[in-house]
Amino acid sequence: MTFEVGSGLSIGSILFTVIIVAAMLIWVERRLLSLWQERLGPNRVGPFGLLQVVADMIKIFTKEDWVPPFADKLSFVLAPTVIMIVILLSFAVVPFAPGVGVIDSNIGVLFVLAMASLGAYSVMLGGLASDNKYALLGSLRAAAQMVSYEVFMGISLLGVVALAGSFNLREIVLAQEGVWYVIPQFVGFVIFLIAGIAESHRLPFDIPEAEQEIVAGYHTEYSGMKFGMFFVGEYLGLVLISSLITVLFFGGWMGPFLPPIIWFVIKASLFIAFFILLRAAIPRPRYDQLMTFGWLVLLPLSLLNLMVTGAIILSMQ
Amino acid sequence: MMQKKAIQGKKHATNLVETIMLSLFKDTFTSQVKTLYQVFMHAFVKADTVEYPEEQPYMFPRWRGRIILSRDPDGEERCVACNLCACACPVDCIALQKAETEDGRWYPEFFRINFSRCIMCGFCEEACPTNAIQLTPDFEMAEYIRQDMVWEKEDLLINGTGKYHDYNFYRVAGMAIKGKGKGMAQNEAPPVNVKSLLP
Ligand code: SF4
Ligand code: SF4
Repeated sequence: MTFEVGSGLSIGSILFTVIIVAAMLIWVERRLLSLWQERLGPNRVGPFGLLQVVADMIKIFTKEDWVPPFADKLSFVLAPTVIMIVILLSFAVVPFAPGVGVIDSNIGVLFVLAMASLGAYSVMLGGLASDNKYALLGSLRAAAQMVSYEVFMGISLLGVVALAGSFNLREIVLAQEGVWYVIPQFVGFVIFLIAGIAESHRLPFDIPEAEQEIVAGYHTEYSGMKFGMFFVGEYLGLVLISSLITVLFFGGWMGPFLPPIIWFVIKASLFIAFFILLRAAIPRPRYDQLMTFGWLVLLPLSLLNLMVTGAIILSMQ
Repeated sequence: MMQKKAIQGKKHATNLVETIMLSLFKDTFTSQVKTLYQVFMHAFVKADTVEYPEEQPYMFPRWRGRIILSRDPDGEERCVACNLCACACPVDCIALQKAETEDGRWYPEFFRINFSRCIMCGFCEEACPTNAIQLTPDFEMAEYIRQDMVWEKEDLLINGTGKYHDYNFYRVAGMAIKGKGKGMAQNEAPPVNVKSLLP
């Protein structure tokens, strides 16, 4: 078997790596957060505390997996699987390096956006099925937030699509041979970054789960591995958004000297670290502030960005 | 006139938009970036964590930890079994029984502290009239068996004076014991026969 797009080896190693990375992020995030908070973080289990992940996994697998009697069983069980599946599916179109990927889809960007929208179902179903007022509040917020942020998440990407002339993520990377799209599409990049945080509901936009206000939001009633799936799903989302930013704005695997996959990993890790820094630094905005910011600032900005990009492309022809 | 007013109004509106945009930029952008930068710089500050078992933290002398029973400078037990500490204890974890030696000193026959209940509040130390019971800067008292948390007098009694080096209750108190009668304590006047009429 060789490494080529769609080969079993490629698919298997991507799936394996992505899940392992998402699990390791539990440790990475705690260490980085503590670095910025002048603590040490978990450093006891294994070298540098690396085996903390194993300990956490053992704990989460052996915990009682409880379904509350008042919950709607089917959707309660279904919800956490949805988020995992949807995000893992999104990884299918991400071009990690030349020859490493699951499929080369001509609608890659659209596929990712569609999967991100489906991800909202997980959160909504989870909250609704729990029959818990905090969970309901959480999923209400999640629904509003994800639906509104999806709008300009898509629009912010259209500038990139227009420049590259393709929805295919691999071609978008190849089109960045000369200059990374972060330079001509800086506004689009910032908007996508913000929308990406909101989409994967990471801090500071973790309003659906804001534990200081609504316990744990939509996964209040979840325990054991079902909770673990939401948890890992969040980290998977983080990896996905970082990979997408790398692919769309930072030239994917391109870079001198080092092998392509290493460049991809370096770039994506920097964004993951940046997302964790955001968590360490920025407080959560109020719910209405988030919505106002989205509709009144980001939406017009992204439309403006799209129009200006379009005008420039037309005038260049 | 009307036109002028309209123009003025328009100018006002643009100014307002400008101010709003400027403050928005300031609030949502520069301050956030500044925060990010400042938090990032904390990566280069040494962590405050004390890695406890390898590195022992400095324990302050007035730390309220493991309780001891001290002895007076002569090496005798200070506790006079007055029960004040047991009364003061908010969780009732002290139990003791008074006994008396032949030379008249009071002492606890048994003195038991249940450390699984003790909240290290230090009230017992404050209540004690003889400085016998004292809290010390030691907190490593974890046990695997609950019964081991109950400490008896042998476990509590130390061979020193604890925090107060010179204090000796029987030397300052009026109570008579063998070898020290009434009026022989420090600063104590000899007893007066109150029934006598002589000057
Ligand atoms: S420290 Fe407080 S709780 Fe503990 S024995 Fe003394 S009075 Fe009781
Ligand atoms: S320790 Fe102090 S307060 Fe407690 S019985 Fe003894 S003398 Fe009294």
